[in-house]
Amino acid sequence: MPMKQPQRVMSAARDDLRTEPRPVRFVIITLAVIFLTVFVVLPLVVVFAQAFSKGVGAYFSALSDPEALSAIRLTLLVAAISVGLNLVFGIVAAWAIAKFDFRGKTFLISLIDLPFSVSPVISGLVFVLLFGAQGYWGPWLQSHNIHVLFAVPAIALATIFVTFPFVARALIPLMQEQGTQEEEAAISLGASGLQTFFRVTLPNIKWGVLYGVLLCNARAMGEFGAVSVVSGHIRGETNTMPLLVEILYNEYQFVSSFAIASLLAMLALITLVAKTILERHLDEGQSTRVH
Amino acid sequence: MSIEVKGLVKKFGTFAALDGVDLKVATGELVALLGPSGSGKTTLLRIIAGLDWPDAGEVTFDGENALAHGARERHVGFVFQHYALFRHMTVFENVAFGLRVQPRAVRKNEAGIRARVRELLDLVQLDWLADHYPSQLSGGQRQRIALARALAIEPRILLLDEPFGALDAKVRKELRQWLRSLHHEINVTSIFVTHDQEEALEVANRVVVMDRGRIVQIGTPGDVYDNPATAFVHGFIGESIVLPVDVSDGCVRLGGKVLGIRADGAASGASKLFVRRHDMQVGPAGSGAFEGKVRHVRTFGPIQRAEVALSGGETVIEIDAPRDRELRTGDIVGLQPRHYRIFAGQD
Repeated sequence: MPMKQPQRVMSAARDDLRTEPRPVRFVIITLAVIFLTVFVVLPLVVVFAQAFSKGVGAYFSALSDPEALSAIRLTLLVAAISVGLNLVFGIVAAWAIAKFDFRGKTFLISLIDLPFSVSPVISGLVFVLLFGAQGYWGPWLQSHNIHVLFAVPAIALATIFVTFPFVARALIPLMQEQGTQEEEAAISLGASGLQTFFRVTLPNIKWGVLYGVLLCNARAMGEFGAVSVVSGHIRGETNTMPLLVEILYNEYQFVSSFAIASLLAMLALITLVAKTILERHLDEGQSTRVH
Repeated sequence: MSIEVKGLVKKFGTFAALDGVDLKVATGELVALLGPSGSGKTTLLRIIAGLDWPDAGEVTFDGENALAHGARERHVGFVFQHYALFRHMTVFENVAFGLRVQPRAVRKNEAGIRARVRELLDLVQLDWLADHYPSQLSGGQRQRIALARALAIEPRILLLDEPFGALDAKVRKELRQWLRSLHHEINVTSIFVTHDQEEALEVANRVVVMDRGRIVQIGTPGDVYDNPATAFVHGFIGESIVLPVDVSDGCVRLGGKVLGIRADGAASGASKLFVRRHDMQVGPAGSGAFEGKVRHVRTFGPIQRAEVALSGGETVIEIDAPRDRELRTGDIVGLQPRHYRIFAGQD
C-alpha cells in the first residue's frame, strides 16, 4: 500500500526519539505481558482446557445436548433480531446527528450512550417494570394473551437496549468527518434521497457499519445481566448461551458449561480478528479521503 | 438562463449571512462573487443552487420561481471547493453519476452514458484518468473532474464555490485561463465565488463585491479596480495605501499638516485617503504632497517596493515605483499621488 508508506517512515523516526532507557522499557513491556497472560490468555486457555477435559467426545455431546442447542438457537435468533434492528436504528441516528443540525442534538448523543452507562441489570429491570405482571403494560398484555416477559420478545428488547450504541457510535465520528458535501453533490446532480443514500452515503460508511455490527453482535451474543433479569431461565426455552453457562456451572456440569463457554470464547476471538481487519480498512478509508 | 435574486436574507442564529441581496445575472455571463470570508458569498451561491434556503427574498431563473424547487430539480451544476468527488467511485463513475441517477424515462442507455462521459473527460483533457480513483489524482485534476461531473447533467447554470481555493498558485493560474476558455466554449451562465481579487478580475466578465452580507459594488473588473465605490472595495481590491486624513474647507490635512491635494468634493470631517501603491509618484525632496525617508527597498521584476516613513509622523507606507530611478535606504523623497480617493469615516 503506497498510501501507508509515509506513516511507517514517521513511526520509524519516532522510534529514535524514544528516551526511555532500555531497562525501563524492558520492565514496562514485561509487566504488560505478564498482566495480559494472567488476565486474558490464561482464562482463555482454562476455558478450552476445561471444555476438553473429558475428551473431544464429551465436548461434542455437551454441545449437541437439546438444551445447549436450544440456547444456541435462541442466542442466534436474539442476536439476529437485535443486530438487524440496531443496524437500522444506528444508521438513522448517526445520519441524523452527523448530517443535520437541530436543537437537542447533544442530548440525543448522550441518550444514545445511555445503555453504556446504565448497569445491564437495571436495563433488564426496566423491562420487568414495563412488561411484568405488576408493570405498566403487564395487565393489558396479559389480558390480550401476549407474552413479552420471560419470553423471546423481552430477551430481544433487553438485548436491543444494551447493544443500541454500537452501530451509532461507530458511525457518528465517521459520518461527521466525511461531512455532507458528497451528498450535496449527489442531490445537485439529480439523485433522489434514496439514490443518494445507497449510492453515496452507504458505500462510504460500509466499513464503519460492519465494525459496528461486529461489536453489536459480540455484545448481543454475550449479554448476561439484562437478559438474565428478563429471561425467567426456562430451560430449553428462554436460556441464552451465557445464561446456560452459568446454570450448568452451578450444577457442577463443568464440561458442558465450558463447552458452551468455549463457543463464546471463539466468537470473541473471531470478533477480535475481524475487528483488526476492519480497523485497517477504516484507517485506509481515512488516509485516502478526498481533501 | 438568466438568474435574478431579490431581497435575499439569510440568518444563522443572530448572524446575518445575507442582508438584503439583489443581483441579476444575464444568460451566458461569467460573474465572480468576490469578498472576504464571512461576507455571504458562499451562502448566496448555495441558495441559488438550492442547497440552502433563504429566510426572505426571491430567486428566479428566467423569471420562474426557483425556490419552488429543491436542488434536485433545479438543474444547476455545482462545483465544490473541496471537490466533493465520490471517493469510492472511479473518475468515470463520478462523471457518469448524474446520468445514472436520472429517471428511467429520460436516462440514456449504457452506450449513451459511456459516450457522454468520454466526451466530458475529453473536454477537461483527463480521459486517460477514467479508471483512477479520486484519491489518486492531484488537486487540479480533481477539480477538473468535479467540473466534468457537474457538466454531465447539462446544467442550465454552473456555480463554482472557490473552485481554485485549495490549489497551489501555479495550478490555479492555469485553471483560471482554462475555465475562461471553457466558459467561452460552452457558454453556460456561471457564477463563481472567490476571495482572490486577482482571480475575480482575471476570469469574470463582471465582478460582484460583497461585504458583511451585502453587495457593495457590481461592475466590470476594470471598473471595480479603478472606481471603487466604497473604502472597503478600495481596500479589498488591489493593494492600497490608507492614510487617516481630515477634510475641511476643501483642504486635506494629515496630522494637522495641509497636503497639497484637492479634496475633490469629499465631505468635511475625519476621512480616509486611499492611494494605490503604484500611483505614488516619487520625486526629489519637497516635490510632492508628502515627504518621507526611505527605510527599506526591495526589488522584484519591473518594480522596486520601498518602505517610506512619512515626515512628521510615525506612519510608514509601502510604495511601488518603477526602476528608472534607483531608490536607496536613507533617501529623502517627495511623493505625489497620481490618483487617489477620499472616503468619509474612520472605518
